[in-house]
Amino acid sequence: MRSEFRLRAERSLASQRARGNIRRAMDGLILKRRAAFPDLDELERLRDQGQAIRDQALANLPELLERLERRCATNGMHVHWAEDAAEANRLILDIIRRHGGHAVLKGKSMVSEEIGLNAFLAGHDIEPIETDLGELIIQLAREHPSHIVAPAVHKDRREVAELFARHFPEEPYGEDIEHLTALARRMMRERFRATRIGLSGVNFAVAETGTLCLVENEGNGRLSTTAPDVHIAITGIEKVIARLEDLAPLLTLLTRSATGQPITTYVNLISGPRKPNELDGPHEVHLILLDNGRSRIHADPELRATLRCIRCGACMNHCPVYHRIGGHGYGTVYPGPIGAILEPQLQGLERQGELAQASTLCGACGEVCPVRIPIPDLLNRLRFEQAQGRALRHGRRSGRERFLWRLWSLIHASPASYRRISGFVTRLRILARIRLGPWTRTRAAPRIAARSLHVLAQREGFRDD
Amino acid sequence: MTDARDSILARLRAARVDSRPEPSVPVRRFSWSRRETVERFRIGLESVRAQVHRVDDDWPRMLATRLRESKVKNLRYGPDGPLGEELRAGWPTDGPELIAHDQPIEACREALFTNTDAGFTSCLGGIAETGSLVLWPSRAEPRLLSLVPPVHVVLIEADRIVPTLHAMMSEQRWSESMPTNALLISGPSKSADIEQTLAYGVHGPEKLIVLIRGEDRPTGDRFAGQPEAID
Ligand code: SF4
Repeated sequence: MRSEFRLRAERSLASQRARGNIRRAMDGLILKRRAAFPDLDELERLRDQGQAIRDQALANLPELLERLERRCATNGMHVHWAEDAAEANRLILDIIRRHGGHAVLKGKSMVSEEIGLNAFLAGHDIEPIETDLGELIIQLAREHPSHIVAPAVHKDRREVAELFARHFPEEPYGEDIEHLTALARRMMRERFRATRIGLSGVNFAVAETGTLCLVENEGNGRLSTTAPDVHIAITGIEKVIARLEDLAPLLTLLTRSATGQPITTYVNLISGPRKPNELDGPHEVHLILLDNGRSRIHADPELRATLRCIRCGACMNHCPVYHRIGGHGYGTVYPGPIGAILEPQLQGLERQGELAQASTLCGACGEVCPVRIPIPDLLNRLRFEQAQGRALRHGRRSGRERFLWRLWSLIHASPASYRRISGFVTRLRILARIRLGPWTRTRAAPRIAARSLHVLAQREGFRDD
Repeated sequence: MTDARDSILARLRAARVDSRPEPSVPVRRFSWSRRETVERFRIGLESVRAQVHRVDDDWPRMLATRLRESKVKNLRYGPDGPLGEELRAGWPTDGPELIAHDQPIEACREALFTNTDAGFTSCLGGIAETGSLVLWPSRAEPRLLSLVPPVHVVLIEADRIVPTLHAMMSEQRWSESMPTNALLISGPSKSADIEQTLAYGVHGPEKLIVLIRGEDRPTGDRFAGQPEAID
């Protein structure tokens, strides 16, 4: 029986249009990132630094969170803690209700996706208004983001134009990107003016100063956090960093890794609500610190590295599996390599363990990750745990599997037997009509070469020792 | 609520952690001359379509002319801001209408959102490495003044441009007192959410005009001839 993940992946593979859109975007992002780090030695030093900053923050996580809470409170913010999605949603709803709100301006926030906030609010008669262009497109299309940085990356301009035409029929039709962008601006303008509650994510929370750092290009994030009377920020507990000066290298790594920009158009540092003598800004700022499985990840010294993530998206931009199945293929909030290690940990191996298989272990994700998360190692670790769990549940390997592995180790036990067998296989290759189960269902079978690499190398003068 | 707090913290405390050395900051340091610092700042901003002009003390007149040419009918400014008096005094009588922005937002939201063409602010400084303006909005120049009007005009003194964000934070000791809102602004608002193709003017200002003053002034030449280590 094929799993849900396999069915979803097959559907994504069949969608040529989305695949083309994703592929083009990813190729572009890879080039932009490369151009943004012309000095490779410097990049490696920066990654060391990024890793060290995040590692240190995670090593002192409880102290830093308390410090953050204290500083934010001193600055006049309200700090809340939430164990899980339900509790976070409830907190948000209470704040909105207390202010009699019926709609919420939303800056881009993956954590709000994680807790299913939009559906929850809609179920309580509160309208979530996605203000980021990509998120707006996704909301109108009733989909979920397919990328953590570029949520609508799987759609092309024609799809967006048709979508806008359906939702804003009174506006002139156009497929030009400037036209579509201007249309989104016009549609959103009145909402920014009139909506009294805004919600955003957080890129980094600085414990030292009680500062929330948000990066963005469109200005919707600034508007959502500045124009309303109330600003609610939600973040995972792992986003805290110790010092304000840590921001400098992290921002450099984040924006260059994500989109190749030296910096985003706006870096918004929020350290409190409007003071009595100020003329604008929200009267209330709420910070919600969400656990939702993170403290469990934190408990494991190896898996803890997962929490270093700064959500730049570079791992998915460089992932051959993501390139082909896109974000929707994973069926989780966080797709790509980071999703493949994070989701099985957040939701449990029983539910999402298969995602750890959604990798060729080519290693690209680990090479580009700005905070050096050893994603391939963690994938292996999760695969191992999953296999162990299976073994515990179903006893040892099946008879056929046991037989194959024994054969394999027999062949590889001595150079002579290996040579004999590989020579035999290459000679018989004409007969081979290999069907390798699931492998050949969506791929061509590998062709066996006429000479083994070993033989070719010997001919070139390489010696066995 | 306290329950969640205490149990989350308790779980985190139970984890085994090895203490880590303090990470060192920064990696990036540059030994640019003052001229090069300003030049990089300008190039950075222009590469994201900001309009950069070098100006002298007659800047209000020059600005009025530019704005009139691009059909800007009015300009909001903070009369009590560092440059408010200078702007008003030098503003030509035939320039776009000057509007004093000194009311709580509750009293001027409508006018700001629907009837303002441009907003003017000063800034705290600039960052050459990334081509960024640093703004600390204040009572005199509130947050939305640089955000809601379709055009944002900023005047920056050349000697306030430093090589990196880290240099600015540490020289000005930001960590000792942060304002309610601090901003880095690097160009007009933009998006690449459709086909990764840049389009300018999404929700923030469509146009960013940066006036650099005092570049040829010899004083305050902190960076020239002071090579710093690049480690
Ligand atoms: S795992 Fe690394 S590369 Fe992937 S999103 Fe997180 S920080 Fe970026």
